[in-house]
Amino acid sequence: MSRSRRIKLQVFRATVFLLVGAFFLLPIGAMFEFSTRGNSVTSPRTVEAWTNILQAPDLTKAITASLELAVITSVGMLVLLLPTMVWVRLRLPQVHRIVEFLCLLPLTIPAIALVVGVAPIYHWIEINVTDSILILSFVYLIIVLPYSYRALDAGLAAIDIKTLSEAARSLGAGWGTVMFRVIVPNMSTALLNACLLSVAVVLGEFTFAQLLYFVNLQVAISYVGLTSAGTSIAVSLASLIFAFTLLMVLSFFGRPRERVARAEENLPGTESRVLPLRSSFIGVPDK
Amino acid sequence: MMATAGAGVEVRLEDLRRSYAGVTALDGLSLTMAPGELVALLGPSGCGKTTAMRLVAGLEEANSGRVMFGGKDVTGLPANKRDVGMVFQAYSLFPHMTAQQNVAFGLSLHKVGAAEQKKRSGEMLELVGLSKYANRYAHQLSGGQQQRVALARALAIQPTVLLLDEPLSALDAKVRSRLRDEIRRVQLEVGTTTLFVTHDQEEALAIADRVGVMNAGRLEQLDSPVAIYSRPATPFVAEFVGLTNRLEGTVRDREVEVRGVRLPLVKPDAPNGPAIALVRPEAVSLGAEEGSVPGPLTGTVITVSFLGATSRVSVDLGGMTVLAQLPTAQAAAYPAGTRVRLAIRPDPVLIAREVEKAPVEA
Repeated sequence: MSRSRRIKLQVFRATVFLLVGAFFLLPIGAMFEFSTRGNSVTSPRTVEAWTNILQAPDLTKAITASLELAVITSVGMLVLLLPTMVWVRLRLPQVHRIVEFLCLLPLTIPAIALVVGVAPIYHWIEINVTDSILILSFVYLIIVLPYSYRALDAGLAAIDIKTLSEAARSLGAGWGTVMFRVIVPNMSTALLNACLLSVAVVLGEFTFAQLLYFVNLQVAISYVGLTSAGTSIAVSLASLIFAFTLLMVLSFFGRPRERVARAEENLPGTESRVLPLRSSFIGVPDK
Repeated sequence: MMATAGAGVEVRLEDLRRSYAGVTALDGLSLTMAPGELVALLGPSGCGKTTAMRLVAGLEEANSGRVMFGGKDVTGLPANKRDVGMVFQAYSLFPHMTAQQNVAFGLSLHKVGAAEQKKRSGEMLELVGLSKYANRYAHQLSGGQQQRVALARALAIQPTVLLLDEPLSALDAKVRSRLRDEIRRVQLEVGTTTLFVTHDQEEALAIADRVGVMNAGRLEQLDSPVAIYSRPATPFVAEFVGLTNRLEGTVRDREVEVRGVRLPLVKPDAPNGPAIALVRPEAVSLGAEEGSVPGPLTGTVITVSFLGATSRVSVDLGGMTVLAQLPTAQAAAYPAGTRVRLAIRPDPVLIAREVEKAPVEA
């Protein structure tokens, strides 16, 4: 590649990077700017809107509830979906398409239609069992299915689950051991992805909570927005930062581990293969 | 070096049957393996050999029949209770574990203490010559090394039976040959009764005490490698194992006549009439047309294929092509285009009818 072409390519890359960065950062910057404005144009900057988050009891209660819902939904999703998908792959591959269709179905049904469908059930549960906001996790389990299914399906497709489970079985492993010691450790990234998507969906959910008369984070933000626009924007920004932090945590835990053999294996003359990821091994085939 | 299972146990399969959606995969397989014996099941794709192994492993359930280990009926036991070690065709090391952790995995399930796990997994890796790679993950090992670790892992639990499901088929020819010898060495050393499934006849003949040739869910012949090759029991075995000339002839008076040459029959009670005589290339010899080798068959050499110590000469007899396998030095005397006379050693031959052809291997 010629030098001028390389420079052009670098300029192009930098331009794209800046444009995309501006696309994402400008609204966030504007939100921050708005949330730190004083009461008038001449007033100095203030963090009052941010401190209000902690001082508004309804808001902190809603944040706590949404976080609890996110955890319950994620755990419920994993408990429900992972064994089902593993079982379908191993024992019932003929129903794979049906399960996929059922899991993706919630995407095609408008939220309002779902609410109308589940409202009588929720009404009954609220009267006869509990009126805790945490019962929203049932319906949230349904709406996170399409996203979680896709993430888990990609993870299962990346490993030879049939051979690994059969190998473990032949070594004496029961199904529980196969699941927790063989399958789960080999699809940790997919599990984290599925959880992150579930958390993101639950934290951003408004329609179900609002129409079923529960106050979750998004409903609380909308209420706060009626009285204090600054606080409303601060909470929105805080939830964005929370999601971003989660993404960072995911990328940290989910990245492929750099598995470097110990020093004694890297002696000159020992056989090994070229390793992916920053490896220093010298490739020599099997002897 | 640790002693593993020591003397193996007798393994008996009794009239095993398995079908899938009406298609018979295994049609009454019966087989007895002596303690410590290595039996290879050989056959084309879809002949039922892998199904048989999976039934022995407990990974699938038989429709009927029994699997006995050392006189004990294990037919109803799930895979994790059968006490078998298995090496798969696909690489099956657990990717998140090192080689040593892989080998120790089965030991941990058998409640072996941590120190003992480490000791025995180390010994097993030493047995397969991979002590130096104990701390490597699967992606840091070559295909051959992964299969050796898988073998060590399977043997570490001191299984009653060792099952090898085409463990070499994903490897290149050179590694395959080396690992084949190594598997045999290890198997003899530990003495575990072993069932080896393969579609590679060279592999089966080289490694096994006895070879079982399977076709369409049935065992056609179970015998020593030498007997399988030199005394095939059925036309299918004759054609599937090794190269075979199909020579048109006529059965008459307990012999088959091919272009005037009369050959004795393995099964002399065959009915008279047209038939195909199955003759090994090494039973065919060549001589110059006016030379000293007697024989009524004459033709023209079409090709000579160099195979190393031997060469394969293809001769056109006019409407019939015959292969002869000769020492390379001898074959050099018959370049393509040479007129030659053929002689067929009068060994007893099998005959086939036109419809009985060996399936093409996928």
